[in-house]
Amino acid sequence: MERRSLVPYLLILPAFLYLLFFVGYPLVQALYLAFTQNGAFSLEVWRRTFSDYYFWSAFKYTILLAGVIVPTQVALAVVLALLMNRVFKGKDAALYALIIPLTISDVAAGLIWYSMLSPYGFINKLLMNLGVISQPLYFFGYEYRMREFFAIVIAELWRSTAIVFVIILAGLQMISKEYIEAAEVFGANYWTRLRRIVLPLLKPSIQSALIIRTLFAMQIFGIVWILAGRDIPVLAGEGYYQLTEIKDAGVASVYALVIAALSILLGALYIKFLRAEYLEVGE
Amino acid sequence: MNDETKYALKKVGFYTAVFTAAVWIVIPIIISFLYAFTTKTDYYDPTKIVPTSFTSEYVRTILFTLGAWDGIKNSVIVAVLTIIISFILGVPAGYSIAKYMFPGKDHIKLSIVALRMFPIPVMAIPLLVLYIDLHLADTLLGVALAHTAMALPFVVLITSSIFAGVSKEYEEAAMVFGLTRFGSFRKITLPLALPGLAAAAMFTFVMSWNEVFVASILTLNNRTLPAQILSIMAGSSGGAAPDYYKFAAAFIMTLPAMLFILFARRYLVTMWGITLK
Repeated sequence: MERRSLVPYLLILPAFLYLLFFVGYPLVQALYLAFTQNGAFSLEVWRRTFSDYYFWSAFKYTILLAGVIVPTQVALAVVLALLMNRVFKGKDAALYALIIPLTISDVAAGLIWYSMLSPYGFINKLLMNLGVISQPLYFFGYEYRMREFFAIVIAELWRSTAIVFVIILAGLQMISKEYIEAAEVFGANYWTRLRRIVLPLLKPSIQSALIIRTLFAMQIFGIVWILAGRDIPVLAGEGYYQLTEIKDAGVASVYALVIAALSILLGALYIKFLRAEYLEVGE
Repeated sequence: MNDETKYALKKVGFYTAVFTAAVWIVIPIIISFLYAFTTKTDYYDPTKIVPTSFTSEYVRTILFTLGAWDGIKNSVIVAVLTIIISFILGVPAGYSIAKYMFPGKDHIKLSIVALRMFPIPVMAIPLLVLYIDLHLADTLLGVALAHTAMALPFVVLITSSIFAGVSKEYEEAAMVFGLTRFGSFRKITLPLALPGLAAAAMFTFVMSWNEVFVASILTLNNRTLPAQILSIMAGSSGGAAPDYYKFAAAFIMTLPAMLFILFARRYLVTMWGITLK
């Protein structure tokens, strides 16, 4: 009996230790690299990072990108999920189209959107032939930073809204039909049902989608690197640049730690909001 | 306006919305595929929105001159290693969570999810320092070990929900007829869980295939496809590739992942739905 109760733990142990090592060791190593200079405790690495113009710029753009992209795509995904949560002709084909981006990487999405927005790309050619513009619109290059930002937002919305959509659609399908039918019996119209029943029941799905997407937005890298390079610096990109080009593992570690701190902070905030929600329900 | 026209208008509005969304996803893919095979003259001709003459020259150059083919081979090796290691470690853990009741189970499950949220750059940058000591830097095994850390929580959660889906009665019946717990797992649960496990394996493959940050940091000469493409297309040492090469690269990267979705799409929604419970 004693032996048997250990079995489940023994089955989990290898996976757990593996994860702990791959999270724990890098974290210790990053702290060591960020807080030492020639083997002694020092804040020199932090001073070096903070005095770099690119650090603050990267910090600003990472937050800005997440702030624009995540709320937009959650709203978009809710609308799409509500549309796709009914039976209609061609639903399978539409669903297939909408989940294609799940398998497309950020690097590939960056390249695909480059083909849409480049000076001789599809959108410029289309608009010019329709007579809307006479000169191609330039989206890329240091002097068009605002447009580069816009291009990143468009490409990232295109690529990563699919995952939010899938999470919310799965949440919608878990809502019991009985609630909605009961509301219908009592004469609630579509908007009332949506506001009073569907959206409140959907909150957990929306919140998990928010957490997942915000955390990944803190690490945004490939799509930015392809479309804008360092014109639009982001934290992960600067970490990559510092490690591969400048060969400064200390500063790169500071970038990694800042990303980790942001993730933990945001995660904690979301969990706090989730808790508050549960308390309300319990009352 | 009578009810009939109102209904018809609603229907038109609904289909327009769905159609717009589908077109917004699909058009960029079609265009980038077409542009991947466009000749240089067609691409730079401002009157040709949809190209009419095609060549496979640029795709071939990317594949064989610029090393994307080696990148593909490396990506496949890394992804297969990732599947093998993460399943060896993850399947027992998933089975344990699905089939046993034990104190602390929820906490363990939660901490596994929490470890999944750990940012990848934090992992990759210090790992390089360790890998240099262990002679794992610039090796495919090194990348696979890091990708395993990324994929493992996912494998644990997915396999646990797949095993939980296999009814307990079958196993109990098998044990009544004299099979051991492991025997009944091998003869009953595993075959029933196999399609779901295959879908999870495919998803793990795509995760590793698409990952670029870890792969770029940990390798220099043995790059996976995304890392290879990233360094060709946006070399920070200047001299980014001409446009038509970029489109060819997009095509090479996207095609295998899209084929995957053809096979696995039946499972995709359920896989994510179950994870959230």
